[in-house]
Amino acid sequence: MKEIRITVNGKPYELSVRPWATLLEVIREDLGLTGTKEGCGVGECGACTVIMNGKSVNACLVLAPEADGKEITTIEGLAQGEKLDPIQQAFYEIGGLQCGFCTPGMIMSTKALLAETPEPTDHEIRKGLEGNFCRCTGYTKIFESVREASRKSRR
Amino acid sequence: MDYAVIGTRVPRVDAREKVTGTAKYAADYSLPGMLWCKVLRSPVVHAKILNIDTSKAERLPGVKAVITAKDFGGWTWGFMATTRDEPPLAMGKVRYLHEGIAGVAAIDEEVAEAATELIKVDYEELPGVFDPEEAMKPGAPVIHDYRPNNVSVEYHWNYGDVEKAFAESYIVREDRFSTGRVTKGYLEPPASLAYYDPSGSITVWAAKQSPYFHYRHLAACFRLPLSKVRVVQPYIGGGFGGTKNDSVAGDFCAVMASKKTGKPVKFIYSQEEELMTSKRRHAMITYSKMGATKDGLLTAVQAKVIAEGGGYTAIGPLSMYLAGASIAIPYKLANFKYDGYRVFTNNPVCAAMRGHGITHTRFAHDLQMEMIAEELGIDFMEMRLRNAIDNPKPGTVYRTVNDVTLNTCGMKEALTAIKEDPIWAEREHAPKRVGSTSFGVGISGTAYVGGARQLGHQSCAAVIRLCEDGTANLLTGATDCGQGSDTVLCMIAAEELGMKLDDVVIKRVDTAYTPCDPGSYGSRVTLLAGQATQIAAAEVRKQLAEAAAKTWNAKPEEIQIRNSVVSLKSNPDKSMTLENLAKIASYSGSGAVIMGKGYSSYGLEPLDFKTGAGNGGTSYSFTAQATRLGVDLETGHTTVTDFLLAHDCGRPLNPIGAEGQNEGGAVQGLGQAIYEEFIIDQGHTRNSTFLDYKMPRSTDIPDIRIIDIITDDPNGPYGAKEASEGSHVSAPPSVMSAIHDATGIWFKEQPVTPEKIVKALKEAGKWGK
Ligand code: FES
Ligand code: FES
Repeated sequence: MKEIRITVNGKPYELSVRPWATLLEVIREDLGLTGTKEGCGVGECGACTVIMNGKSVNACLVLAPEADGKEITTIEGLAQGEKLDPIQQAFYEIGGLQCGFCTPGMIMSTKALLAETPEPTDHEIRKGLEGNFCRCTGYTKIFESVREASRKSRR
Repeated sequence: MDYAVIGTRVPRVDAREKVTGTAKYAADYSLPGMLWCKVLRSPVVHAKILNIDTSKAERLPGVKAVITAKDFGGWTWGFMATTRDEPPLAMGKVRYLHEGIAGVAAIDEEVAEAATELIKVDYEELPGVFDPEEAMKPGAPVIHDYRPNNVSVEYHWNYGDVEKAFAESYIVREDRFSTGRVTKGYLEPPASLAYYDPSGSITVWAAKQSPYFHYRHLAACFRLPLSKVRVVQPYIGGGFGGTKNDSVAGDFCAVMASKKTGKPVKFIYSQEEELMTSKRRHAMITYSKMGATKDGLLTAVQAKVIAEGGGYTAIGPLSMYLAGASIAIPYKLANFKYDGYRVFTNNPVCAAMRGHGITHTRFAHDLQMEMIAEELGIDFMEMRLRNAIDNPKPGTVYRTVNDVTLNTCGMKEALTAIKEDPIWAEREHAPKRVGSTSFGVGISGTAYVGGARQLGHQSCAAVIRLCEDGTANLLTGATDCGQGSDTVLCMIAAEELGMKLDDVVIKRVDTAYTPCDPGSYGSRVTLLAGQATQIAAAEVRKQLAEAAAKTWNAKPEEIQIRNSVVSLKSNPDKSMTLENLAKIASYSGSGAVIMGKGYSSYGLEPLDFKTGAGNGGTSYSFTAQATRLGVDLETGHTTVTDFLLAHDCGRPLNPIGAEGQNEGGAVQGLGQAIYEEFIIDQGHTRNSTFLDYKMPRSTDIPDIRIIDIITDDPNGPYGAKEASEGSHVSAPPSVMSAIHDATGIWFKEQPVTPEKIVKALKEAGKWGK
């Protein structure tokens, strides 16, 4: 077992983990934060996207010991109490989701995208979400949601 | 029409939970002391199972149960009484690669996995057969003894006189079309948490889009009354037919292991397991012969369809029915002959998927019609307009030669909307060539059945319970697997009750409490559960109106309820809140419990598999689609820039939802047309990961516009028909038509990959030119 310290959604944790456990397993199983989804477990779908030290990562590809000392934000860390994050609010209003399985990852990728590029072009939106599959929406309302989130975040 | 809720743009009722990550899916459930289940899978494609030795696995510390086929006592399931050929785990014989052989339940996933590797199985390998046309030949390896010719389903339908019609035609064409091996591609792999409790009842939290199928499977398999099987519905990470309509090896093993150990047992398939083993769309070959007059009017169609079925029958009888029954829509056709064969192969099992059955033949026939138009020198739009079925006058029906009846048909209106849009009208002015990219615009006009039926129980039901504070609970057995039915059903209840949308709360399906339902397939939920909800709400509203009338000494007809406010039509000053009325109604006299229930009655014709006559559902949607794309004549790479869909869904009740269905359906159709295909080599799937399977990504998506064609069908609530599967069916032919426009080449095989384009360009002497 390996001892790690991580901060998740502002809360510090000291955990003892199997060295080969992934950050995704730690988040979902040890911390019980099941909002982050596992679609493939091998870095291909983006459903497990979280933000680690400001960058979006596929949590299924990060080994837990690599996350030692890092700050992590998951989908559960975005809303302030009842108040949704502007990105969540935009997905909610525009309908950028159907089954919702890709949604936490999509929203986290959008978070990282808008942090870097607050006013993305259509091309930048598509590029920014390239690692996140969605099988339900045909992406159209997701793109609209990202544009709306960008407008809301700048208001 | 003056609706308060229907037709308005509202957020999904589950949106908040889904954007905050609090929506729970099957994999998110756990119980104290639960075990993990893993399935051992076959490394061979076709073999006799001589022996299974589980002793080593059983001795591994942490292993609590090992399950094999013999635990299920020979039970098998299937779509029809005559096709129950599928066991929970391979029984005596393996029929496709990675078929489930055994299940292990252990204290954690790693131990369970390790134990599967300790199970020793002796196989006697048999020659396999992987191509349906090969499998039909005499002497081919036999996959099921009960079907010595490997044909699992066979139909021969004949309408009119095709021979005479071909003889009299000005032109007759024969072509071979094929659709590829594609899958649903949802992100949530199959998962379930199962508990066989000490009272002898089963409870499962399972990722099922049709939980009542699973409920019946479990009752039959474990020989329990239905009243002792409880399927609780978590949120579902996408369905699209196939696997999540059905039960998988993990489901049966988890329940059996729970029965044996007394502990809850959970399994989650890996995405690779899903992609390697689970039920996907049939790949179909369509040999089509089509005739037309000099003016391009269709005279006859003869279609021989050969479908790859994989190792078991599954829902194949319905797939083959749909492929044939839709031949005479959306174009007038007096003569057709259909010979459908579904053939066993040693590949994974094929079943339903969005666009079920219809996508194959509509693709073939829409394209073949264009080929004929080209030979006759008729504009492709004009060809379709000449042949499209007219919208029947209200109160009349259009009847096809095989007795499919249309109350409404927006095909011509949809085609006209595309015709007038600049994407088609001004296509000659758009750039044709930029660098090595040649641009093209293509169209399609297709139909799809909604409110589909299967065998056995058909109707959807709803129960509405009024709460004394003027809010309501809606219960239905119909499942929202992402398509948005919970939202539209709440909208319908709110509309009928005069209640604010937020005051109607829907509960997830729980077979212990919600009314029985066939399942979410065949674009049926809005129509049938929608009608049931309307009826249930009307019953509640009637009781409320009676209570209000009594209070105000008025007649119930004079009571108006809208936006949770009750008033008297003749005297708007008389009003009260719905909360107030709910209290009056609930507390008066000895007290009343205000509830309403209803079940659907649309579409009760039985399916006729023998002749293909009649309706497979309640109503039909029509879609015209234009696609603009560019083909790089050097690399063969296709970039799709625009989709325009004119879609007749009767009336969109939940516009955001209907748009989302059309967008998602069309993009899934795009995947099937140019990107996606399993590469299966001698039964071995070579691309069993998302990366290699290639579903459309954000960077592949065209700009999509939707035009609603309103036809108000009498067989749907508020005039609604289906949305989603129609747009899936319209996409492939319109993409092929556009690729033809860009390259001058007809591609008749899906998917049209860059390799195929380059090869065809080379053959035509057009490569890089
Ligand atoms: S689960 Fe991590 S990328 Fe798919
Ligand atoms: S909403 Fe279902 S995968 Fe995106």
